[in-house]
Amino acid sequence: MANDPRKPRSRGARSARSPWREQAESYLNHHRKVAVDSARRLWQSPIASMMTWTVMGVALALPVALMLLLASLEGVSAGWENSARVTAYLNDSVSIEEAQALTTRVADDSRVAEVELIDRDTALDEFRASSGLEDALDYLNENPLPHTLLVTPSENSRTADGVEMLLTVIEGLDGVERVQVDLGWLQRLNAMTDLLGRAVWALALLLAAAVVLVIGNTVRLAIENRRDEILVAKLVGGTDAFVRRPFLYTGAWFGLGGGIVALILLQLSLWWLSGPVERLAGLYRSDFSLNGLSVDGALALIIAAMLLGWLGAWVAVKRHLDDIEPGEIAGG
Amino acid sequence: MIEFRQVSKRYDSDHTALRQVNFGLERGELAFLTGHSGAGKSTLLKLIMVMERPSAGEVIVGGQVLNTLPRRQVPYIRRHIGVVFQNHQLLFDRTVFDNVAMPLEVMGTPARDIGRRVRAALDKVGLLSKEKMNPLQLSGGEQQRVGIARAVVNKPPVLLADEPTGNLDPELSADIMRLFTEFSQVGVTVLIATHDIALINDLGRRTLTLDHGRLMSEPGAGGGRHG
Repeated sequence: MANDPRKPRSRGARSARSPWREQAESYLNHHRKVAVDSARRLWQSPIASMMTWTVMGVALALPVALMLLLASLEGVSAGWENSARVTAYLNDSVSIEEAQALTTRVADDSRVAEVELIDRDTALDEFRASSGLEDALDYLNENPLPHTLLVTPSENSRTADGVEMLLTVIEGLDGVERVQVDLGWLQRLNAMTDLLGRAVWALALLLAAAVVLVIGNTVRLAIENRRDEILVAKLVGGTDAFVRRPFLYTGAWFGLGGGIVALILLQLSLWWLSGPVERLAGLYRSDFSLNGLSVDGALALIIAAMLLGWLGAWVAVKRHLDDIEPGEIAGG
Repeated sequence: MIEFRQVSKRYDSDHTALRQVNFGLERGELAFLTGHSGAGKSTLLKLIMVMERPSAGEVIVGGQVLNTLPRRQVPYIRRHIGVVFQNHQLLFDRTVFDNVAMPLEVMGTPARDIGRRVRAALDKVGLLSKEKMNPLQLSGGEQQRVGIARAVVNKPPVLLADEPTGNLDPELSADIMRLFTEFSQVGVTVLIATHDIALINDLGRRTLTLDHGRLMSEPGAGGGRHG
């Protein structure tokens, strides 16, 4: 069976089997040819392709934009966590010497980076200067303000838990009246970004599924359009992989286009939003800024998009290609 | 090369296309398959192509028992079987050359061999000058010859034809038959399904006749062997 039973007219009675190197070469050539051909087919129907790319681009840009926003928000909360400081108000009865002793004691703790003592007179002066209540303060007989310790946690303790722990330790010290740390809003922000993060992931999964289905449907139409070709290919001994290949490439090209559209949409909206965001951040005296995708991120987005397109094509191919069997073409 | 042993094919509960068919075709043999329409000619061809599987019995092509062949292996069997259809099954979105090249591309033949072998096949059917044309620009007979070129381009040991002369006038039919005869002379096993009795009588080859799925006894069995 392997030998050619038919003797060709020419002398070159070559066996159908070529060395593996040639086989591999022609395999790669075929891949290249199919890839180029699939891309050309997309170009030949630019409007339809553009629409698919846009749908995919929007579906991809949305979760990525939210993820970028989230990353920026997390940057903000990280910045604030770094500057979290514990304020300890001492008892009124504590003298300045005792306060200084306390300062040294707290400073010895390894969880503490720095301690600053603000004595009551300085505090009053500052308050007078910044509050504009000078006249009112003059009516007071004595300074109502206590000595205050400003404790900056060491690097390792600058987490919500670490600060919490430091808080209890300082609270337990003699002479400390009340300890305060403004972590509440930070925790709320953290909780919110956590929640938002999960919501974004859920949304991303849903939209990825939508992308797969959209590509699947588009590729299904492509399969219908090329039904005859598929039949003939199967008839002359094309393997399933051979028949599938052009459609998988089609899916990947849809993905590539969708990824690029998503990148363009992201850059455009970033540019559109950057002015107002800067102004808003300026009003809050925040160094918050919306960050775009890095080169790596952009590459990851495009690769992910191509994988999704490929997956969508694969779903369609699995569902519909196996149904096309040449049995039906040989007439009764 | 082709052997049927007690082959039956039942479609639904009531429709039986083939009943206990027995026959064998040698290498280089040319035979006709005939019978009224619905007698089971197409089913028989489909069994050889593994488009269908037999309900009972064994189909053997080139020493391979096809009954138990896994689905994955089917394409590799088809590469050894050339098929010509009445309606050609040509693709009109590509040139004659590309149509004929399909079986080679499927096999992963290197590009330079494809060119050489496609031209050899087109030369054989006398259409070398039309390789760049679209099949739509060709006449019915020419389209049929493109179909034949495609069926033989990878030099399969088996060639099947389903009503290859169905739409052609007698002169063109004779041309096509001459081609088939030439292929059988170089060792290809050729099986032609047709109900063109005149054609069969002209050539005087072995004839398998199906009647309601049953193979009629052959007059002068084996007489079709060709030296």
